[in-house]
Amino acid sequence: MSDLDRFVKKQRRVDRIFNRVGILCTVSALTVLVLLLLDLTADGLGRLDAEFFRAFPSRRPEQAGILSAWVGSALLMLVTGTTAIPLGVAAGIYLEEYASKNWTTRVIEVNITNLAAVPSIVFGLMALGLFVYQFQFGQSVLSGGLALAFLALPIVIVATREALRAIPESIREAAFALGASRWQVVRHHLLPYSAGGIATGVIISLSRAVGETAPLVTIGALTFIAFLPPAPLSGSPPFVSFEWLESPFTVLPIQIFNWVSRPGDDFLANAAAASLVLMGGTLLMNAVAITVRHRMRRRIKW
Amino acid sequence: MVIEDVQNQLGPDGGLRAEKDGSRPAANDPMRPRSGEGEQTPSRVKVEVRNLSFWYGSLQAVKNVSMSLKQNTVTALIGPSGCGKTTLLRCFNRMHDLYAGNRYAGEIRLMPDGANIVDPQVSPIEMRARISMVFQKPNPFPKSIYENVAYGPRLRGVRAKSELGDRVEAALRAAALWEEVKDVLRKSAYELSGGQQQRLCIARALAVEPEMLLFDEPTSALDPIATARIEELVAELKDRLTVLVVTHNMHQALRVSDYTAFMYLGELIEFGDTENMFSAPGEKLTQDYLTGRFG
Amino acid sequence: MMANRQRTGDLAALPPIRINNFRERMIVALLFSAGVFSIVITFGIVYILVSESLPFFGEVSIVDFLTDTMWTPLFARPRYGILPLVCGTLVTSFIALALAVPVGTVIAVWLSEYAPDAWRETIKPILELLSAVPTVVYGYFALLFVTPVLQAVLPTLPAFNMLGPGIVMGIMIIPYVGSLSEDAMRAVPMILREGSYALGASRLGTSLRVVYPAALSGIAAAYILAISRAVGETMIVAIAAGQQPELTLNPMDPAATITAYIVQVSLGDLPHGSIGYQSIFAAGLTLFVVTLAFNILGAILRGQFRQAY
Repeated sequence: MSDLDRFVKKQRRVDRIFNRVGILCTVSALTVLVLLLLDLTADGLGRLDAEFFRAFPSRRPEQAGILSAWVGSALLMLVTGTTAIPLGVAAGIYLEEYASKNWTTRVIEVNITNLAAVPSIVFGLMALGLFVYQFQFGQSVLSGGLALAFLALPIVIVATREALRAIPESIREAAFALGASRWQVVRHHLLPYSAGGIATGVIISLSRAVGETAPLVTIGALTFIAFLPPAPLSGSPPFVSFEWLESPFTVLPIQIFNWVSRPGDDFLANAAAASLVLMGGTLLMNAVAITVRHRMRRRIKW
Repeated sequence: MVIEDVQNQLGPDGGLRAEKDGSRPAANDPMRPRSGEGEQTPSRVKVEVRNLSFWYGSLQAVKNVSMSLKQNTVTALIGPSGCGKTTLLRCFNRMHDLYAGNRYAGEIRLMPDGANIVDPQVSPIEMRARISMVFQKPNPFPKSIYENVAYGPRLRGVRAKSELGDRVEAALRAAALWEEVKDVLRKSAYELSGGQQQRLCIARALAVEPEMLLFDEPTSALDPIATARIEELVAELKDRLTVLVVTHNMHQALRVSDYTAFMYLGELIEFGDTENMFSAPGEKLTQDYLTGRFG
Repeated sequence: MMANRQRTGDLAALPPIRINNFRERMIVALLFSAGVFSIVITFGIVYILVSESLPFFGEVSIVDFLTDTMWTPLFARPRYGILPLVCGTLVTSFIALALAVPVGTVIAVWLSEYAPDAWRETIKPILELLSAVPTVVYGYFALLFVTPVLQAVLPTLPAFNMLGPGIVMGIMIIPYVGSLSEDAMRAVPMILREGSYALGASRLGTSLRVVYPAALSGIAAAYILAISRAVGETMIVAIAAGQQPELTLNPMDPAATITAYIVQVSLGDLPHGSIGYQSIFAAGLTLFVVTLAFNILGAILRGQFRQAY
C-alpha cells in the first residue's frame, strides 16, 4: 500500500470516528430530554386529573392542586404580554426603520444585548426594590408581571428586528416611490408582512417567561395561596376591574418549587404532575410559535 | 455594427419602427391625457436639470450634470457600469433620501411650476406623488393584484370601492395587463410571471397619475418576449407623461427613446436626439462606447 | 361586476398628497422613547442594586465582603464574606461548562459539517427545546433523577451536592453552545472549505483548522453567553445543591451559589431595610458586575475576532 493510500485510509477513518462521536453526543443530549419527560411522567402522571386543576394547594398532598398556580400564571402572562409586546415591537421598529447609525443608537443596541444576558434573578431584585417598595405596588401580580415583561423585552425587540430585516429593501422602495411616508410604509406594509415573525418571537418570549421562578420568588410571590385574585371581568358593573393587579399571587413554577422543597415523598408526585402541566404548556406555546412561522413562510416567500 | 443596427431599426420613412397591435388607449379612456396635453410637438420642457451633483458620503457619483427633458418624450440614460446613470435617475424621486450620508447639489426643476426636486426644503413625498418609478427587479407587494394597484390611490385618500375599481382597471389597461388579469384580480401578485409582474408594477406606478415615470433597467430581469412588451409600453406611455429610462442595453435605447443621454464616470458626456447620436455621435467617448470599444 | 360597468368618462384628478408632519414626528418620538426605555431599565437595575447595597457596605467593609470565608448573615454574630457563595457559583458553573462546551462544540461541528440537511432541520429545533425546559423542572430532575443515578456510581455522594445540578446545568446550556456555534459555522463561506478539501484535508481537519477558526468570533460569543447563563442560573442549584453556603471546591459537597442565597432569603421573612434584606442586593450587585464583565468581554470578542473574508 502506498503512502498516499495509507493517508487516505487514515483520513477516512478519522472522519468516520468523528461522525460517530457527533451522532453519539447529539443522541445523548436528546436522550436526556426523553429521560426527563419519562421521569416526570412516571412520577406524576397518576396525579393528573381534573381535580388537580381545580384544587387549591393544601397541606394534604392528595388534595393539593394547582388552581391558584395556573390562574396566577395566566394573569401574569396577561400583564407581561400587554407590557412587553407594544414596548418591544415599538423599540424594534424604531431601531430597524428609523434610527440612524449614530452613537445613541449604538448605546441602545449594546444595552439591549446586555439586558438579554442579565440573570433573571437580577430583574427580580430590581422589581423588589422598585415596584414592590418604592412604587408601592406591593407583592402583587403587577410587580411580577412587570418584572417578567422587562425580562422578555429584549427577546421581543430582537424578534421584531429580525422579522423586519427579512423584508427586502425593494418592497420598502416600492412603497416609498408611491409617495408613502415612513410611518405609512411601516403600518401598511412592514408590520403586516412581519407579523408572523414577530408573533413567533413574542410567543417564544412568553413561553420563557411562564417558566421563570427566580424573579417571582424574589419579589415575594407566596407559595401557599389558597385563593384566586379577583376576577378581571364580571357580569355586573363596573364590568372590568383592575383589583386583580394588586393581589398577591403564585405561579406554576413556584408551586413546583414549593412542592419539591418539602421533605418526604408525598408532594413529589404533585411536583412532577405540575411539571408536566408546565412543560405541556411551554411545549404547546413553542409548537404554536413554530406553526405560525411555518404558515407565514408559506404565504410570503421573499 | 451599431451603425447597421441603427439602419435596421429605422423604418423606410426614417423614423423608429413602431409596433402597433391595437393596445393604444381608446378615445374615451380616462387615463388618456386630457385636452391640452400630449399629442403635441414635444417641445415644452418638463424637467430642467441644472448643474446636478450627488455624493454618496464623500464619493461623488454624479458630476455637474445639466440637461433638459422635454414633455411627452422618452429619454434614455446609457453608459457603462458605474457611470452614475442609476444614481442620477434616483435623484429625480429623491430615493437617496432613504439612506443616510447622501448629498445633492444643483437643481432639478420640475415644470410647469419649477419646483426644485432636490431642494431639502421640498418634501420628497410630494415629489414622489408626481414622479413614479419602476424598478429593475419587479417588486410587487405580497398582496393581491387589485391591492397592489389600489395602494397608490388609497394613499391619496380614495376610499370609494367603485372609484378604486375604476382606477385599478384604468391603470391595468394602460399597462397592457388588464385583459390578462381582469378575472383574477384577487390572486396574489406573486403568481404572475416576471413580465406580468413588471407590468403590474407599471400599473401600480400609473395609478397615482404621475407626471413623469422613471424606469431603472426595467427589462434586465426579463426574458426577450416580456422585454419586447415592456418596450412597447414605454413607447406608448409617452403620450400621457414624460419618461426617463436607464438601460444598460444600447439597442434598447435605440428602440425605445427619443433622446439619449450618455454618461461616463458620473459626467454627462453627450445628450441629444437618439437617432442622431447613434448614427453620428458628437463625442469620441460616445462613439467608443457605442462601437463597443469599452463598456 | 367591474367588467359590466359603464364607462362614465374621465376620472377626476387624484386628491393632492397630504403629509401630516406633526403626526410623523409624534410617532418617531413615541418609537424613540420605546427604544430608550431599555436604557431606563438598565438604569433602574443599577440604581436599585447600588442604592440598596450602599447601606450594607456602610456596615460591612468591602475587604471583609470580598475576603471573609464565611457567609452567615442570619446568625447572631453574622459574617459577610461572599467567597463561599462565589465558590458555589464557580464550581457549579465550571462543571456545567466542562460538560456543555466540549459536547456542544462537537454537536455544532457535527451538525454543521457532517449531518445531512434534513437531519439538521429536525435536530436543531429539538436541541433548542433543551433550553426551553423551565429551570425549576430541571431542578426537580437534578434532585430526583440525576443525583440518585450518581449515587449509584459514587455511594458517598450526599443528596445535596454540586455535581448533580452542575451536570444538569450543563445539559441545559448545551443548546446555547451548540446552536449558536452551529449558526456561526454555517455562516462561514463554502469557498474556505473548498480550499481546504482541494488540498486533501479530511472533513474533521477542515472543520477544526478552517471552519472553527473562521467562525471563532461567533463561537466565542456563544461560549461567553454560556458562561453568563451558568453563572446566573438560580433554580437548579437552589433545589439540588442545598442552599448551605460552604467554602469548598469539592463538587460532591453541598453548597450555595450567589443566586441560591438570594432565593433563600426571599423565601423567608426579612424586614424591609434590615441588613439581611440588604445582603441580597449586595449579592445581586456582585452577580450583576460579574455577568456584565462577561457580556462586555463577549462584545469585544465579537468585534475583535472577526476574520475578514
